[in-house]
Amino acid sequence: MLAFIARRLLQSILVMLTVGFIAFSLFNFVGDPVALMLPPEATQADRDEVRKSLGLDKPFYTQFAVFVQNALQGNFGISLRLGRPVSQLLAERLPATLELVGVATLLALLVGIPVGIYTALKRDHWSSQVLLTGSLIGVSLPNFLIGIFLIIIFAVWLGVLPSFGRGDTTQLGFWSTGFLTVSGLKAVVLPAVTLGFYPVTLIMRLVRSEMLEVLRTDYIKFARARGLSNQAVHFGHALKNTLVPVITITGLQLGGLIAFAIITETVFQWPGMGLLFIQAVQFADIPVMAAYLCLIGFIFVTINLIVDTLYYVVDPRLRMETSSAGGH
Amino acid sequence: MNKNIAGPQNGAIRLCAPFLTRTIISALAMMVITFWVGICCAKPLRYATQDEPQTLDPHSANLAVTNRLLGNVYEGLVGRDKDFKMVPWLALSWSQPDAKTWRFKLRPGVKFHDGSPFTADDVVFSIERALSANSQMKASIQGVASGKKIDDLTVDVVMKEPNPVLLNHMFFFRIMSKSWAIKNNALLPQNYKDKEDTFASRNTNGTGPFMVTVRQPDVKTELVQNPNWWNKASPEKGNITAVTLLPVKNNATRLAALLSGEVDFVNDPPSQDIARLRAAPNITMILGAESRVQFLAFDLTRDELLYSNVKGKNPFKDVRVRQAIAHAIDAETIKLKVMRGLARPTGTIITPVDQGYSKDADIRLPYNVARAKALLKEAGYPSGFEVTLDCGAAQPPADICQAIAPMLARIDIKVTPNIVPTANYFQKIQKFDTSFYLLSWSTPTTDALYTLQSLLRSYSGDSSGNGDSNYGRYSSAQMDQLIDKIRIENDLKKRDEFIREALMLANDQLPILPIHQQLWPWAMRKGSTAILPPNNVPYFFRFNLK
Repeated sequence: MLAFIARRLLQSILVMLTVGFIAFSLFNFVGDPVALMLPPEATQADRDEVRKSLGLDKPFYTQFAVFVQNALQGNFGISLRLGRPVSQLLAERLPATLELVGVATLLALLVGIPVGIYTALKRDHWSSQVLLTGSLIGVSLPNFLIGIFLIIIFAVWLGVLPSFGRGDTTQLGFWSTGFLTVSGLKAVVLPAVTLGFYPVTLIMRLVRSEMLEVLRTDYIKFARARGLSNQAVHFGHALKNTLVPVITITGLQLGGLIAFAIITETVFQWPGMGLLFIQAVQFADIPVMAAYLCLIGFIFVTINLIVDTLYYVVDPRLRMETSSAGGH
Repeated sequence: MNKNIAGPQNGAIRLCAPFLTRTIISALAMMVITFWVGICCAKPLRYATQDEPQTLDPHSANLAVTNRLLGNVYEGLVGRDKDFKMVPWLALSWSQPDAKTWRFKLRPGVKFHDGSPFTADDVVFSIERALSANSQMKASIQGVASGKKIDDLTVDVVMKEPNPVLLNHMFFFRIMSKSWAIKNNALLPQNYKDKEDTFASRNTNGTGPFMVTVRQPDVKTELVQNPNWWNKASPEKGNITAVTLLPVKNNATRLAALLSGEVDFVNDPPSQDIARLRAAPNITMILGAESRVQFLAFDLTRDELLYSNVKGKNPFKDVRVRQAIAHAIDAETIKLKVMRGLARPTGTIITPVDQGYSKDADIRLPYNVARAKALLKEAGYPSGFEVTLDCGAAQPPADICQAIAPMLARIDIKVTPNIVPTANYFQKIQKFDTSFYLLSWSTPTTDALYTLQSLLRSYSGDSSGNGDSNYGRYSSAQMDQLIDKIRIENDLKKRDEFIREALMLANDQLPILPIHQQLWPWAMRKGSTAILPPNNVPYFFRFNLK
């Protein structure tokens, strides 16, 4: 078990270094931050001065070595755009993104699972057909378009929900939450629905197909033969076995949602990490981009690690293999 | 707004009616009316904008976004009135006792936001700060060597070289409190070298009509009215009591926020939505001429263009080719179709608010395809040639480039527009890696010299600033001589004449080809008034919100 985790950790570190290296080499193509830090009317002398002071005049590998060295100490440098430490900026934005992703995930589970069960049980009912066709919209429409539709309907026409921002936030230690004010709760609705649209449909379709699969298995037939009620068969026996892949997918989706909240955050001006990243890209703010990509890489690696470990715990066959291998 | 107020008011009265006598109702109604009148005449402004300032340090970055905010917080010795005329501001008067000295009499009784008095010490300190190595605002006191305190309310500005248009420059020289800077260790402008943020990049202490109370980068910045502002009795003053600046990057979202009434003011509505905004029942559009000119420029130095099919020679070196291109560009159509009317076609690189502008230099070569074709034929390109036109990906330059390509195709010059993200664009043209490019230029000093020196003086590559943005490397001894004369001439009249000569010379030789001056739209809640000055800074104290 320990050897397994240690091996995985080692692989994770390699993945992180690779992410950092690829990210860093891409930055050579995003453009010159100095051109954006200074007005076009600035003099060449000004530009050289700034470039030198930022260390941008040094060769690529030197910049990368300095970056890794500092990153290991948790120091990601200073944002070229905002002039503040990157680690501080990311720490400020993290709560906003996590709250948004949390609400979206909750929404996905609370809507996706019941609707999935419903469409599986009432397979041929017209309402299931409507729901399934409707879910195609969630799969096929791009995120930003859904966001803009929602803004037009709920902010411009009906005027009931705000079109952008996070409302008023309350500071709980280092964590700023929008859940304690009315405006904060109102503000999270549209972005969370936008972000949750895809996972809702994904989970719904997954639950449905798993449920249909499980309902055909022998032990369900056997349970029915025993004369158990429909309710006991569906929710006691079938649903439990359906949820295993759902948990896995939700876990992996969580990482995806954090990483791809970028678009939703841009549309709704949600002050999370994704928005910070997009603005950094436009400004060629290399320290922020590098730190963000490393952080996202880290989140993915961690989630994968946890999922792998969970498999190890859940699936007895994996354990058997290692212990028998050890026995030989 | 009326409707919003009336709704809850009626509801409240209806609810309370069974419990209240007639007199109480009318008293209540009176109170509500008084309250309503109070709201109508003093209002907070919610302001959404695409980009927000990176720093609040008044001497650190010379960027439009920073200037838009700080113009409300910090003030200079000279100011501009609502017609953009130069007026005394923190200085009451000025004189020039000798060629090397400007003497400013300061306004008495002015206080900084923290309550400390404004004196000559603050001016001397701010000059030092703006001249220090990290400052990007050196141009705001061009030619100044130092400041010297004469008494509490008199300052001498000592020049190291004469600058007859010092006042134009000084309009954006902002005064910071010395005692505050000492107390908060903000003696020097923010420096990226130190890799740390400074107090003055997050906090402010000016003398202006608004004070920064909340600063959350990328989320919001809040300003409130300065109750002790020296100029609060100004007839130009409007009804804004507080300003909330909300950066909203996405164009559609920003517009939705304005249409839904969540914000009152957007200073950068996307150009494709102008028509829609004009038709919207709850929006007023405010137009102003920004002192920014879009122009084309040519590689005038290489013997063979980098991006063209003409080998062995550079067609742009022939002035007839440049004239042909000028004749082939229909600035009126660009104005109507690309800019949706929001442009003023121009024949010169500076705008009417700039010192040295003259009408007879502001003449375009007329749109005339036949003449253009004849000129090309004369120059030896009867069947035209191919060339790549570089443009930044921002709007409107990208659209302008795409409009220019078919115009030049009519005279058989096949232009391939190469639209590059802004960050890469400047990097590319700063390396002279271009044959033909579109750039926009504004004159921050509101004086022709800076523009002439940067765009038309021969490229020097040193710290003199000569030709710094002359990416086509145009070089003319005659032009260089004129610009050098402008630099040292202390007599404004003679100087204006030299500027006129230089602009006329530029029109003859066409090293750059001005297209138009941009008109800039602001969108506000219906019935509101505001003044859009040529520097495109919203001075909130001149706003009246309905």
